[in-house]
Amino acid sequence: MVPLEVENVTFAYDGRAVLRNVSLRLTAGEVLGLIGPNGAGKSTLIRLAAGFLRPGEGTVRLFGRPPAEWPTRELARQVALVPQGAYIPPTFTVWETVMLGRNPYLGFLGIPREADRAAARRALEWVGMADLSERRVGELSGGERQRVLLARALAQEPRCLLLDEPTTHLDIHHQVAVLSLIRRMAVEHGIAVLVVLHDLNLAATFSDRLALLVDGSLIALGDPKDVLRRERLTAIYGNAVAVFPRPDNGGRPAILPRMA
Amino acid sequence: MRSSHNRERSSGDHHLEGDGHLNPFRRRRWPFLALASGLLLVTATWGVAWGAVSIPPGAVLRIIGHHLGATFGPTDWPPAWETILLQIRVPRVVLAGLVGMTLAVAGAVYQALFRNPLAEPYLIGVSSGASFGATLAIIFIWRLGGSGWNGVSLAAFVGALLATAVIYALARVGGRTPVTTLILAGVAVNALLSAATVFLIFSMQDAFRAMHVLGWLMGSLALADWEKVRVVLPYVLGGLAVIAGHAHSLNVLQLDEEQAQSLGVAVERTKGMLIVAVSLATAAAVSVSGTVGFVGLIIPHVARLLWGPDHRFLLPMSGILGAVGVILADSTARTLFAPRELPLGVVTAVAGAPFFLYLLRRQKREIF
Repeated sequence: MVPLEVENVTFAYDGRAVLRNVSLRLTAGEVLGLIGPNGAGKSTLIRLAAGFLRPGEGTVRLFGRPPAEWPTRELARQVALVPQGAYIPPTFTVWETVMLGRNPYLGFLGIPREADRAAARRALEWVGMADLSERRVGELSGGERQRVLLARALAQEPRCLLLDEPTTHLDIHHQVAVLSLIRRMAVEHGIAVLVVLHDLNLAATFSDRLALLVDGSLIALGDPKDVLRRERLTAIYGNAVAVFPRPDNGGRPAILPRMA
Repeated sequence: MRSSHNRERSSGDHHLEGDGHLNPFRRRRWPFLALASGLLLVTATWGVAWGAVSIPPGAVLRIIGHHLGATFGPTDWPPAWETILLQIRVPRVVLAGLVGMTLAVAGAVYQALFRNPLAEPYLIGVSSGASFGATLAIIFIWRLGGSGWNGVSLAAFVGALLATAVIYALARVGGRTPVTTLILAGVAVNALLSAATVFLIFSMQDAFRAMHVLGWLMGSLALADWEKVRVVLPYVLGGLAVIAGHAHSLNVLQLDEEQAQSLGVAVERTKGMLIVAVSLATAAAVSVSGTVGFVGLIIPHVARLLWGPDHRFLLPMSGILGAVGVILADSTARTLFAPRELPLGVVTAVAGAPFFLYLLRRQKREIF
């Protein structure tokens, strides 16, 4: 079953087209990076995939079924979302927040079983936050909050992970740590990952494939080397970038800023 | 155009534990539930013992035990004690406990559902609808003095549910019911119904009836009997059971609605079910007690301040503390100026308002 299929999706907010005829398929175990300039429709595509929005035209299917046809609880066991800058009440502890990821598995009175606690503990260890589990969310740095959100999503034990800019607020060490972890989840657990990334270099380094959205249209989809070609980037970003193949990373592209 | 959460990013209990560690209350919560249950039993026993005819707590336990088939100690109490206890005071204390429990749990649910610290059980129409219904009934039916679940209770119950249904329907936009719209629709309809109630009182020729309406509006359990307990109990227990089943969903709903959905909570359905459960339970409680203020606002805050925002704990704790609070308030109401009864709402307000103001001051300090 294909984790995520987007077919000829068009979406408009109040008559203003945000996505035009977008199609892509996400397969199990791959990391698909979604890139593009601000306002290109990346977050909208994630929200369509998560079922928050319904496409105006075309179809979105998660594991074969449109999001609206899934029971909410059942879908939450299959698909987890790391939203961008999401609100968590500051009075919640890290542990309490990550345990919310177990919500789709809890029984009538919401009493967790050992398996639930184990999943939450494992997720906290993966993101390196196990020592802070009693800390209150209001006392965390932006980067720590972002890692808590990722841990919460991993505690859901999903087969498909949707992430909207999971590395904002992180320093480069944690950016690499988080994206390496996401890759590991894809490779070792066969999770299908769709991740919106603002940083082209991170996207090029950690994605199996890239999808480039510009003005709501998917203008390139495939190997990072093919998507991030200099002519294409120049067409989108003007003369602000230079592109080099990286000798240390199988020729994946590196994008550097250039003085105008 | 992402969904925004219109809530202050603080809910007041930062001061308690600023050093990154959880306070001891929150770290070990479950013993407190047992402690609070014990407190409820003591309060109930005391509430039953206290009154114009004072009955020693030991005798209270022996009489109730004897009645339940567990005789211990001497059975030489005056027969009048048994009648006073079993026919008057026990049903009254039980009813007070049920009302307090319902209001406090309802308040905790609405504060969570609307992500608003000022939410209370009457937020979307129960109180104003019940008041309007009861006032109409007192004017046109006039059976306030009757025992059991009389016309006034029925009118209050129906009024409460109708007002809630109207507000919910008005707030519904394109298949969704945004909480902000719901709160605002509630404020508007409440204002309208309150004005209508006041107008009814204003146009009453009979000062005696007007006094009765005012007495009802201030809350009273003076007419408590087993019949009222019997009528109210199914709604309260049913409502509480539904709420208990959604305790963890309420934790998830502390996030915004999109996060809640992605964590497996069917937001609109859950919201609808909880509103129905709370409305039924609260309407039943209000129909026998009149509008008792502040309990549903304050008790959940106390529980949240001390034990944190986990509703699996917060809801039972609020319920128990609410029962304790209203039993204490009602015992005070009927004994302080005996034989006259103080309106129950006056006691809860006098005890609760200063505390609420204190909470408001804290909020203010943090918002500005």
